[in-house]
Order: sequence, then structure tokens, then C-alpha cells
Amino acid sequence: MKNNILITGVGGQGIVLTSKLIAATAMEKDIPVMSAETIGMAQKGGSVFSFLRLGEGLYCPMFARKSADIIIGFEPAEAVRMLPYLRDGGKVIVNTHPIMPVTATLKGSDYTGEEMLACLERNVGELIKIDGERACEEVGSPRALNMIMLGAAVRLGVLPFGVEDVTETMKKTVKPQFVEMNTRALQYNK
Amino acid sequence: MHKEFLMGNAAIARGALAAGLNVVSGYPGTPSTEVLETAAKSNDGSLYVEWSVNEKAALELGAGAAYCGARTMVTMKQVGLNVASDPLMSLAYIGVKGGMVILVADDPGPISSQTEQDTRHFAAYSKLPCFDPSSVQEAYDMIQTAFEYSEKYGTPVLFRPTTRVCHGYASVTVKDREEMYVNKPEGFVRDPSRWVIFPKLSYNAHMDIEKRNAGLSKVFSESGLNPITDHGARRGIATHGISYAYACEAVNELAAPVNIFKVGTPFPFPEEAALEFLNGVEEVLCIEELDPVIERELTYVCGKYGLKKKICGKLTGHIPAAGENTCDSVKRAIAEFTDTELPYEENAEDVPPLPVRPPVLCAGCPHRASFFAVKTAMKGKKSVFCGDIGCYTLGNAMPLDMVDTCLCMGAGVNIAQGIGKIDKDTSCFAFVGDSTFFASAITGAVNAVYNQADMTLVVLDNSTTAMTGHQPHPGTGRTMMGQVVDKVDITAVLKGVGVKTVETVDPLDLKAAVDCVKRVSAEPGVKAIIFKSPCAVLIKAGRPAVIDNEKCRNCKRCINLLGCPGIVMREGRPAIENSLCTGCGLCSQVCPFDAIGGGRNEE
Repeated sequence: MKNNILITGVGGQGIVLTSKLIAATAMEKDIPVMSAETIGMAQKGGSVFSFLRLGEGLYCPMFARKSADIIIGFEPAEAVRMLPYLRDGGKVIVNTHPIMPVTATLKGSDYTGEEMLACLERNVGELIKIDGERACEEVGSPRALNMIMLGAAVRLGVLPFGVEDVTETMKKTVKPQFVEMNTRALQYNK
Repeated sequence: MHKEFLMGNAAIARGALAAGLNVVSGYPGTPSTEVLETAAKSNDGSLYVEWSVNEKAALELGAGAAYCGARTMVTMKQVGLNVASDPLMSLAYIGVKGGMVILVADDPGPISSQTEQDTRHFAAYSKLPCFDPSSVQEAYDMIQTAFEYSEKYGTPVLFRPTTRVCHGYASVTVKDREEMYVNKPEGFVRDPSRWVIFPKLSYNAHMDIEKRNAGLSKVFSESGLNPITDHGARRGIATHGISYAYACEAVNELAAPVNIFKVGTPFPFPEEAALEFLNGVEEVLCIEELDPVIERELTYVCGKYGLKKKICGKLTGHIPAAGENTCDSVKRAIAEFTDTELPYEENAEDVPPLPVRPPVLCAGCPHRASFFAVKTAMKGKKSVFCGDIGCYTLGNAMPLDMVDTCLCMGAGVNIAQGIGKIDKDTSCFAFVGDSTFFASAITGAVNAVYNQADMTLVVLDNSTTAMTGHQPHPGTGRTMMGQVVDKVDITAVLKGVGVKTVETVDPLDLKAAVDCVKRVSAEPGVKAIIFKSPCAVLIKAGRPAVIDNEKCRNCKRCINLLGCPGIVMREGRPAIENSLCTGCGLCSQVCPFDAIGGGRNEE
């Protein structure tokens, strides 16, 4: 059993932490894991991605196009950017709330994310849309987005573990005062 | 042994510790930085860790410790080796007593570097053995091997991972504490015939080095570091580093019939292993990043032994000359080389134009204010703005557009001097960050002062090395050993080397900053402005700014002058992005209608 996962979004959305939590959960289950992510200059407001692979017989943390079982897109355009990596029949979870790049602000662009979501609708068989802003409000924290997205991804049943397993790992990694909020976020299901 | 999930750079540090590391020094630079940081975090007090002022200092410190029998590691990125090349070339002749590994991280792409230089050439040039790992696990194991070779042969060795190995993560098998080697340095033993370089010593050492390397080539061929996977195929792939991993993935998926030669020690090149590989095949595809090192070596071996083989790679156009390889590019190259069909057609999705997200200065970054102050003060005057290496290179982006040149660490000072010698009617500015100032701009300042330059040196002092993740430097008063020490004062340094006018100003106080630039830049000779304000990432964000929509006339000056990610357009008018705004107050100072309040100034 192998899994190729691609997490994508914009710097500051908690993508790296999400990737680390999946990796740590896999480690708990003795599943070999590899990952690769954007680091350095590109992080400053740029597109951020994390390639994540679970299973035996892996050579490298990156994978080829048409290989991802699942794309977790924290931002509509960033999900579309990585769409060539989705395998036929792969699934996409997307936060519908767009993030406007500075260059777009300067040029007075009217990027709303709508055309990106439409593109995903056209090209993805199984697409799950999450209104990240509303979900965060319901969970009660603007920092809950990554756990909300992760919970939704795990519930798809593609990964070799469940929400309970991720919750257990989360409890070991985050500060005690954030455990309750993160648990709510992982279980958020609407 | 136990399993841990480690970044490649962390695995390198942990491997070095398992090999009995006593001293590690370096200068931060992507993608190498986390090696030294991990070593520092794992320090039980027995290790000496130092962020040196630059790579030359780091390498010389490492050499001294290695003369004493300490196991030492020196870390840097590829362009850092250019700075350290002077001691490197000589140290190759002198050699070491304790194992010494010089970790140089190469950056194919380049992703965050000035050049795509290949450290394997530096290995051949300096005649030092070189190790090239292809995975996180191999990096952990191979660095221990590198220490053994270094100590056995009494020579520093180069360890050369690339970005994807440095920054890749994997679950790796690592040693338990009791399995680690402990090295007890003997101390310095005086012997001028060994440690003092003279022409006679260099001649003898040169003879010895060539002999040693010829022998090492044979040893490496038989060492298991350069394995051949023989499937009895008539085609072969010769590769290295992360490209080896990409090739294995592709060969598996395509079921392509090929033999694979993995070069783990590009110098001294394992000639006998190469010969064995070449004898088994008719055609070879060399899959490399940066330069065609293996390709040229194999071509040489064919010539030397009279082999009639077809060697393909970068030189024949089968692999791109520049940029990094990917799983996809390697898969395509192997499919073409072996006449195998790709398992899928790359169909283009009907994708709408995607917004671009180039890196920008953070919201609240004091560099934005500094650039804006100089831009405002020099408006309408003929000026040149020489940039340098650091976050502030991003001052080149619109709308600031304040970087006219950028070359290498510390170069801006003397480039400004040079431009001023030709364009005599131009005000020349050199912008340099605090860490870069200490690393390599002080000698430039001395040069400019003594040789009667006419220029303004602008030090952007945010009290950290921000670009690489906030490492301390001599201006911060902290060391990697956890000591709080006297800071080296930039003003005192500049005054000490003869800069008569040195003014310090807070760039976030726009009026004061603009006045300061006007006043100082009008003086003759070399003068300096220190824009002092801490990195926005390191301080607690203040209350976000607030736009009063009654007063705002939607002129968009705040957006069009500053390009701050903290201000966005919402429903056709400027709005504060509260999650990003640090309340620095710069936008309130540029608003002509006094419509932006809040922020730090009103706390």
C-alpha cells in the first residue's frame, strides 16, 4: 500500500505542520514516510507545497505528475496549480476561500477564486469543497484551517489511518492549551 | 538503532554527531543552514558550535581544530565555498589530523542562489575527495563514512548534497547514543614541517596527493559507494544524488531495461567501476544536475581504454544544460533513451491563468520603509542603488523597484564605488544587511574610504540574519553556545575605518528617515546611514492599522507606493489584512488624507 499526498497553499497557512502531523502518524504505525516541501525565500507570501509519500519501496520524496492520490488544497488557485500531479481517479479537498497575491492587488486584479473552483469542478471526479473561513469561525479559531483540512482528508479513507490516530499524534505535538481546539477542528465535518 | 523522521540536513548533522563530531562551524545559506542548527540543538555541551562571520573564518577555525585531532565539520552553501576557497586550496596541501568534512550544499535550479556552480568541480580543482549522497538515509550513513576516509587519509573531504536531499524528509534508521563514536582530540602537536606551508612542502604534497588520489580512485571503485545495478541490459544509466532516486523510480515504473551506475564519489572518479559498467553496455545516458561531470569522466574513460560506446547526457542535449531534474523530466528522458512508452499522455487541463505569487518583503518589514525613505529623498536626483544578498534583495520588486545591481555577498559597496568613478554626476548608494556587513562588507568599506570614493553606505540593521531563518551574528550579542556577549557595534566599526558621518535612524519614522538620507547623502566622501529596526518576524505584532473609510478617497497611494501584503483591495477599495498587518505605521505616514490610523503609533 502506497500513498502519494500533495498539500498546497500559501505561506503561513500551516501546510508544513499538516505534513509533519501526517508523517508523525505514519511513523507511529511503522509506515515508512518521505516528504519534501518549499523552504526559504519562496515561503514569504509565495506558493507553498508539501509532497508526502507513505509506504514501502520509495526512492525519493517527490513524485511525478499524475501520481497523487489526494491533493489537499488550502487555496483554490494553488490547488489548480498542482492539478497536473493528480492521478486519474484522485481526490481533491479544497478550501474555497481565495488569497489575493500582492501583485494582483497592485494590478487591481479581481481574482476571486471562482474560476479556479470551476476548473476543479471540471477536472476532478471527487472534489470536496470546504469554506475554510466559515469552518474556522464555527470551530472558533482562525488558526484551525489546517486541522479542518486534514480531518476532511483523513475521512476520505485514502490514508492508512483514521481521525482518531491523527488526533492522538496531534495531542503529542501541540501545546496542551491547543489540544481541544485542534480536536474540534479535526472532527469538523460539514 | 531506532527510526526517526528527519530532514536531510538534520540527518547529516546527526550522522556527524554519531561519527564523534567535536567542532562545527559555518555561515548560514540555503540549502545548508539546518545542518549546523540541528547540531546546535543536539549539543550536550561537548560540542563547539559557531556561526562564523563568513565561510573563510569558519573553514580556518575548522582547520585549526582538525590540526588538534578534533573531528570537525564546516557548513556552507555552494557560493560560500567561493569565499572559503583560499584556505580550502591550501589546506588540501597541508591536510588534517582529525577527520574534517566540509559540507557544501549545491542548489540546482537555482532555487535560492546566485549561481548553478557544481561543487564536484571544486573537489577536482582542490584535489579533495568528494561524497555525493542521494537520499536522507544515505546522507546519514555517508557522512560517517566521509569522516572515516578523512581521518584515514589525513585530508579534508567535501560532502556535497543538493537541495532536494538537504530539504527532503524521510523516516531513517539512526544510531542510539551508545552506538555513537566518541572522538578525543589529542591537542596541537607542534611540527612546523607539517603545519607551515612553504613551496617545498607544497611540491612534495602535490606529488603525494596525486598518488593518493590515484589509489583512492581504486579504493572507491571497490568500496560499495559507487554501485552498479546489472540487469544484463545493453543500455546503461549513469547518475548521482537525487537524480539517482528519480531514475530508480522511473526505471521501476517504466520497467525499462537498463543497468544503473550510481556515482557516490565523483572525485577521485571511480575509474575501475566505470570501466566495469561501460564494458557491460553499448549506450549510456548520464543523468546529472548542474554540470556534466560524470558524462565527461565516462567519455574520458572510453577514450583512455579505446571503448566504442555512445555517451549521452547534457553535452549531447539529452538532458537540459541548466536547472534541476524532476521525477517527470528523468522519466521522460529514460523513456526516450530506452524506447519505452510513457504510461500516460500529458494532457493539458483547461486551466485558467493562475495568479503569480513571487516572494515579497513581509508586511511590516523595516526594509520596505528604508527603501521608501531613500526613494523619497532621492526623487528627481540621478542615483544608483546597489543591492546585496539577503531579504532586502526583494526591494527590487515593484512598486519599490530599488535594487539596480546585485552580485554576491558584500559586493554592493565596491560596485557603488566603481559606478561612482565613471558616473561622476550620480549619487551612489550601497544597501547591505547587518549580517552581510559583518560577513564581507567591512573590507569593502575600508577600500572605499581609503581610495576616496563618493558614496552612501546604507546598513539595513534588523539585528538578525533574516533570510536564512534568524541566525545570530556579531551584532546580535548571542552565540550558538548560548552565551550573551558584547555586540560588535556597526557605527564604531564604520567610524573606526574612517567613515566620518555615520547616522542611525528608525526607518519607520518616515520624515526623520527621509531628512537623514537628504542630509547624509549630500556630504562628500564615504558616509553611512544605519536604518535600525528589528525584523518584523521577530517582534510581537502591534495593533493592525485601521482605514477610516470616511476619510479614504481611494487614491490607492498606500498600495501603489508600498506594495505591502498587509493592504489588499476589498470591494474596490484598500483594506487592511488583519492577519498580516503588524501595525508598523508606514502606510499611515504616506496617506495624503490621514485616513489610516491604528497601528503601533497609537498604542
